[in-house]
Amino acid sequence: MIPRPKPERFRLRRTMMFMNAQKPGLIKDAYIYGCDSIMLDLEDAVAENQKDAARFSLYHALKTIDYGDTEVIVRINGLDTPHWQEDIRVCVAGGADGIRIAKCESAQDVHTVEAAVEAAEKEFGVEVGRTLLMAALESPKGILNAYEICTASERMFGVAISGGDFRKCMQTKPQPDGVDMLVARGQMLIAARAAGVQCFDTVFTNLDDMEGYEAEVRQNKAMGFDGKSLINPKQIRLVHELFAPTEKEILQAEKIVRAYREQSAAGVGVFTVDGKMIDIAFIPGAERTLKLARACGLYEGDLV
Amino acid sequence: MKNYVGRDIPDFLLVNGKEVYQGKNYMDGKYLKKASPCTRRFEKPQESKIVPTLADALRQCGAKSGMTFSFHHHLRDGDFVVNMVMKAAIEELGLDNLTIAASSLGAAHDPIADYIEQGKVVGIQTSGIRGRMGEVVSAGKLKTPAIIRSHGGRPRAIEGGEVHIDIAFIAAPTSDCVGNCRGIGGKSNCGSMGYAMTDAKYADHVVVVTDCLVDFPNMPASVEAIDVDAVVMVDSIGNPKKIASAAARISQNPRDLMMAENVAKVIASTPYFKDGFSFQTGVGGPSLAANLFLEKYMDERNIKMGWAIGGICGPMVELLKKGKVGKVIDVQDFDLDAVNSINRTPNHFEMSASQYANPANKGAFVNKLDFVVLAALEIDTGFNVNVLTGSDGVLRGAPGGHPDTAAGSKCCIIVTPLTRGRMATVCEHVVTVTTPGDCVDVLVTDYGIAVNPLRPDLIECLDNAGIPHVSIEWLKDKAYSLVGRPDELQWEDKVVAVLEARDGTILDVVRKIKPFTLE
Amino acid sequence: MIISKPAIAGTVESSDALVSVEPGDGKIELTLTSSVMNQYGRQIRETVMETLKRLDVDSVKINVVDKGALDCTLKARVECAVFRSCDASEKDIPWGGVIQ
Repeated sequence: MIPRPKPERFRLRRTMMFMNAQKPGLIKDAYIYGCDSIMLDLEDAVAENQKDAARFSLYHALKTIDYGDTEVIVRINGLDTPHWQEDIRVCVAGGADGIRIAKCESAQDVHTVEAAVEAAEKEFGVEVGRTLLMAALESPKGILNAYEICTASERMFGVAISGGDFRKCMQTKPQPDGVDMLVARGQMLIAARAAGVQCFDTVFTNLDDMEGYEAEVRQNKAMGFDGKSLINPKQIRLVHELFAPTEKEILQAEKIVRAYREQSAAGVGVFTVDGKMIDIAFIPGAERTLKLARACGLYEGDLV
Repeated sequence: MKNYVGRDIPDFLLVNGKEVYQGKNYMDGKYLKKASPCTRRFEKPQESKIVPTLADALRQCGAKSGMTFSFHHHLRDGDFVVNMVMKAAIEELGLDNLTIAASSLGAAHDPIADYIEQGKVVGIQTSGIRGRMGEVVSAGKLKTPAIIRSHGGRPRAIEGGEVHIDIAFIAAPTSDCVGNCRGIGGKSNCGSMGYAMTDAKYADHVVVVTDCLVDFPNMPASVEAIDVDAVVMVDSIGNPKKIASAAARISQNPRDLMMAENVAKVIASTPYFKDGFSFQTGVGGPSLAANLFLEKYMDERNIKMGWAIGGICGPMVELLKKGKVGKVIDVQDFDLDAVNSINRTPNHFEMSASQYANPANKGAFVNKLDFVVLAALEIDTGFNVNVLTGSDGVLRGAPGGHPDTAAGSKCCIIVTPLTRGRMATVCEHVVTVTTPGDCVDVLVTDYGIAVNPLRPDLIECLDNAGIPHVSIEWLKDKAYSLVGRPDELQWEDKVVAVLEARDGTILDVVRKIKPFTLE
Repeated sequence: MIISKPAIAGTVESSDALVSVEPGDGKIELTLTSSVMNQYGRQIRETVMETLKRLDVDSVKINVVDKGALDCTLKARVECAVFRSCDASEKDIPWGGVIQ
């Protein structure tokens, strides 16, 4: 049995890769591809009459397989199904790092899941509060309630939009420029940032259209997403490449952090770096850049 | 007696000058007395050598019980010729005690298993053995141990007279009436006929079997009329669908692609990766996919491949057509893109198996090879590779050119997933050593890269390029931690197959597997 | 647990196992086929028997068609088949109890 460290609420989550929890060949070592989080799926990928079998598989996978630093999240079935309570029990008992709430539409949905998670934590002797939550927003109502969802629980680390269902509700289809979901993505991002949680974009399903995929990932980065949901390992590398800070950004961040530490030790609050005014407000961003750079293997210094 | 890779070779095999494997290049500089066939003179001008049936051809060539017949495997799983010839010899002429010396045998030859069980076929010499034939040989039903040789070891054994071919049967996609053969132009095209060439030169008799007769002279001929006794026209020499796939596709399996990318990274980190480098790759998923990633590095560094050899398929022909590789020299074609290109695309040439890989001639192509990328069924912590026996100890594979290219190349890279299903690919001891560990340089798996400690220079290359690597023991431990430590296979004493190293020494033996019971 | 009716779980895909159970005659009757019989047959049998013991099943005809499944998969398939045969596979599974 592999004990997993306590999940970190705000960790690097550039890539979250979906894996059918019912497929032993897939879940046994999905971490080798280097995604930040694995999303073991009990929902859409698992046929209605195999939900029970998938839970047994999931439990033993969680208990047996050493996923190392890769985060393990489980997507549970919707609250309108007969499955979600048992899904939560198996996630908590198995020690999953987090649970993704499917089709989340309100703070109440988060509260409902949280209560069940807490009950399960008590039932299985797991530290209360250990299991993190994230919500998938799949409907216009979910998007409209994004802020209350993001702030509904201390366990919430982020929200993701789920394009398939959302586009159906909106009576639209994927567009090359992303205009079909531009407003929804923006609204969700604003809510997430206001609530101080992370925000993830939906999957890109056409595996052969690598150009379209690249365009979407570039837009994700430009809009300020923390990461993206993926359906295939071959999609991982591009996100990591495009989300990586540039050499210039890293140098700049390094200068700012270093200068700030020197100046503040000397009691100076505002100073200039390369002719630009810098104060404490710049520091979190610069530190985030360095952390990201380190995760991408581009920074080996000791400032973060 | 224990050999260089720690395998115990029974003394009864070490007769007539046979030695155990002593490490690579052991035979270097020694002299070889070449065999000479006894061939019939065709002095009187002949209009045609066509005879009506295989039985007629066999009679004309003086076929007798106890003879050795040779075959080549360019028709692969589509081949009809081995079965047709053996049927005629055994059922029409009533022969027995026959030996089949083939460049490879596969699932297409299941019916031969019956002749083995009946004691009609008593010897098998081949590179590959699969399907039912592998099962009956593993069950100890062949009278003499099968002899397994590499693609280079086979022409060495033929040229040196260790295998004397009484009658060579050449499956020919096209032939003219006197036996000039080519691998293209008919309905069963296979491209290169490289494995048949040595047979034609060293057999006492040569029979061409074709399903497409063309006008004389069929030029340029892969096998020439000067060596041919008879030509037999049959309805069909093979099933084209199984001879060559439409196009070898580059794998989309993410695991294969990840490993292939790491193979290319390793290649690009070595000093051999420079303009004019030479390359061979297998056609397995990750090996073939390495082409794709290698091209990226070639473009980045603005260098071209000098030449490529091997079994060839479409992706390499593509590179040739794009001008990214200077020459392609080809002993076998795996897909229609390659079949349709050989001897047509400028700088795409045919070569014989001896020219390709024979360690006893004066300079086979493999000796000039910079890189080879190969697959493995198993590889052990001594870097010994098995590509012959399955996890149940049954013969179901082929060394092919694996040991030859590994020995000849400057950098031999094995690429394989760490586990397949529940099988640990990286293990403590391979079931059978088919390529000795002193010829293998780098192992790329989905869980990490390991470099043979015999190659500190390559370790330095990887370190300089920032490519992480681990010890092969670490990979083995990781594999066992995932799948559990396997139980040892249980063998009987009887030797069912002898594995010759490419130089003719004995690398390993395969024994009869004990029937498995749970109790 | 009492095997009250036939049930199956799993698939014959690579790395999986298909497990079927039906009511037994007071003992455990295991039939096993595996793609890795020679090297892992004993370990597979051990895993199946241990799992049945944990589930307190002592009367069952159980058939395992193994396609190279890891132990964790074998356990999951045996447990699911047994729970299904008792109509108890959908909820209130004793995770960490007899399932471990």
